[in-house]
Amino acid sequence: MQDSKSGIKGSDQKLNVTTIPYVITGKDVIAWIANKMKTTVEGLAAQVFGNMLVAYGYIYPLQNHKKLVMCNDNTLYRFQTPYFWPTQKWVAEDSDYAIYLAKRNIRKKGMLEPYEQAHYNHLHKWLNHKWDFIVMQATEQYKAGKERKKPDRVVFDCQERAYWMINRPPRRTHSAMDCGPDRLIDPSVEEKITFDQYRRMNIFYQQAIMRSKVKSSVSLGALVKYVTTYKNHDAFLAPCLPSNPWQTDSDAYWNLNMRRVDVPTKMRVERWSFSLFELLTDLRGRDDFKIFLKKEFSGENLAFWEAAEELKWGTASSMKTKAETIFKTFLAPGAPRWINIDGRTMGLTVKGLEHPHRYVLEAAQTHVFLLMKKDTFFRYLKSPVYKDIQKKALNPEPHNFSPAQLEQNAQSRGPGIHPIILWQQEEEEKAKAAAASAPVDVKAMMSKIDRKK
Amino acid sequence: MRPKYMRSPLIPEMATQEVQLNETLAHLKTESETLKSKLEEERAKLHDVELHQVAEKVEGLGQFVMKTRRTLKGHGNKVLCMDWCKDKRRIVSSSQDGKVIVWDAFTTNKEHAVTMPCTWVMACAYAPSGCAVACGGLDNKCSVYPLSLDKNENLAAKKKSVAMHTNYLSACSFTNSDMQILTSSGDGTCALWDVESGQLLQSFHGHAADVLCLDLAPSETGNTFVSGGCDKKANVWDMRSGQCIQSFETHESDINSVRYYPSGDAFASGSDDATCRLYDLRADREVAIYSKESIIFGVSSVDFSLSGRLLFGGYNDYTINVWDVLKGTRVSILFGHENRVSTLRVSPDGTAFCTGSWDHTLRVRAICSLI
Repeated sequence: MQDSKSGIKGSDQKLNVTTIPYVITGKDVIAWIANKMKTTVEGLAAQVFGNMLVAYGYIYPLQNHKKLVMCNDNTLYRFQTPYFWPTQKWVAEDSDYAIYLAKRNIRKKGMLEPYEQAHYNHLHKWLNHKWDFIVMQATEQYKAGKERKKPDRVVFDCQERAYWMINRPPRRTHSAMDCGPDRLIDPSVEEKITFDQYRRMNIFYQQAIMRSKVKSSVSLGALVKYVTTYKNHDAFLAPCLPSNPWQTDSDAYWNLNMRRVDVPTKMRVERWSFSLFELLTDLRGRDDFKIFLKKEFSGENLAFWEAAEELKWGTASSMKTKAETIFKTFLAPGAPRWINIDGRTMGLTVKGLEHPHRYVLEAAQTHVFLLMKKDTFFRYLKSPVYKDIQKKALNPEPHNFSPAQLEQNAQSRGPGIHPIILWQQEEEEKAKAAAASAPVDVKAMMSKIDRKK
Repeated sequence: MRPKYMRSPLIPEMATQEVQLNETLAHLKTESETLKSKLEEERAKLHDVELHQVAEKVEGLGQFVMKTRRTLKGHGNKVLCMDWCKDKRRIVSSSQDGKVIVWDAFTTNKEHAVTMPCTWVMACAYAPSGCAVACGGLDNKCSVYPLSLDKNENLAAKKKSVAMHTNYLSACSFTNSDMQILTSSGDGTCALWDVESGQLLQSFHGHAADVLCLDLAPSETGNTFVSGGCDKKANVWDMRSGQCIQSFETHESDINSVRYYPSGDAFASGSDDATCRLYDLRADREVAIYSKESIIFGVSSVDFSLSGRLLFGGYNDYTINVWDVLKGTRVSILFGHENRVSTLRVSPDGTAFCTGSWDHTLRVRAICSLI
């Protein structure tokens, strides 16, 4: 870049009374980078690269020294001397910074900016034991500086100031040298792998080799299919009806898709048909599915699945009671909502319930889910319940706000219903539903009917 | 007949034992290397087509114009992490100075603010119910703060300390309910905790260095999660057994972010090696690399759009690159932040995405117009 022939054209620039040699403009830098990168469509990438050069301190701005960005105009910059490059790998020590600030103080009292003064005071306290040394160094450097010719001195001052701007940035100046906390473990340190570790690794590799894998064409085909299925539901690819709230400041879209709407939107109903997982994840869809199951008198599978979910994701302390309730309701012989699973799974599950743990119902839950997925779900999609909701579903007209209306929308944005309130409402509804559908004691009902005879 | 030595009889035995151990170690090492190449071989056998080939018949994407719709200012220092609430408009964000703020991003109002007793709050998460947030960082803990409708209530009073690691907390996430939290830490482990009791339910060992990120699988069984670490590995774990079931080591540097593909059959990762990669879980291999020669700065966070067609990546050169997941090309580059992008999440209904940056702000962006 600095090559006199193929690099960026620099010129002399007057600064106060001194002439600063080899000054470049921002737009020349960016054009040069863009040319080298051969990026034409993404000329913006050159801008980004330019910004990084300034943020890391390889190039520094001449006038507004706190603004660490590359401006694509006639703003002036200079290349930083390699001595001050971050690649030199020596850390910008506090004692160096103290010497720098002290030197400036010697030159002219009151020259430090407020943030620098704050640093100086802090360092004076913190490095008090070294202070004589620091002042001595600062004085030496100041004297050496005076020996230099004025243009060289000015250039060096600019370079040094730029260096400290990067390494001790004031508030609101963003330097790329800023970094996060250190990593605990250095992954590049050669670790001696122990006997045990090797054994574990080998077992892992063996299991990985044994595990059934799918051909790329199959699995990648599935990824492509997913994208195609959901394409129209992706707000970045297809319009959101009636409008994207972030675009128009109208929250109609969210209101139309709330948890407990009477009539859902067409897009929402379509999404239920994509998979049983989608249908169950959307609680409104789950409600519709329950209506269908009630008509078929086969609600116990879903009820069991829901109960198993409650167990899996619930608190550790509630597990024992939940497991007992589930056993009594769904699994015990003659249970009121007995689920029909194969003997082997039933046996395993019942045995596991003697010492219940979080995943004790896993096998049974998977079995029930697969049953629903392979049979019930498809019957639901063909059922009058689903066809009915499809017909009723709303298809909102796309919004067409005028600029004045958009302004109005922006002014009247409301906070909506707070999630905590929605949650409380939801809990109330759940309690009501549970009370209403308390397990029917079939035996009691039967004996009641017998007595009536 | 044992040879005679001028030393006590124990030493030759130990010497032989040590020699035996070394031989066994060398033997194991060779076996390990053989198995590793066999695994690669098995993976390669099923590799019959590339992603972009399968994607040839897919329609190309048009021009994208995305605009910043909200800029959230209020943090006094670097924003390190953010998460969306399931209501699709509220977010929680955490920063270097210990502040955790809950915003209604739609109105840009700050609704709650908590000051943690530590700096560098690197992880925060919104509970599925919307009633609590979790956060942690250099305090090595993950704490849960129940939110309140009363603006004057001091949230710190009800704070609950849940997770306890031996080093910094890098990421946390609630599972399908408010009752469990999954955490990852600089101590090289991940862990699953019961929120109510603070009990450790399962720990996950296998990373050789700091674990930086994790994501829970969206699949119907919901029993797995993926983690990425400084050992360049992305591991998939079974939450029930604590075992690592799949492992991928193709990145050349720290993995800063992992995110599942919406179907749960793949996941993307972003790393300091300036690439994002896509891993297919069913084929058990890396299937795409999203990189350009001109991109030389690390990726701090990644997320997919709702359909999985777009991959958004936040980079350390202050930009956001948007990739076409299927074709492998970059569709857009976005600017606006004045320092590195540290966190990026797409909203739950996919209508927008939010980025947090070291420039103290958060920005919510949405598509401007579809061409």
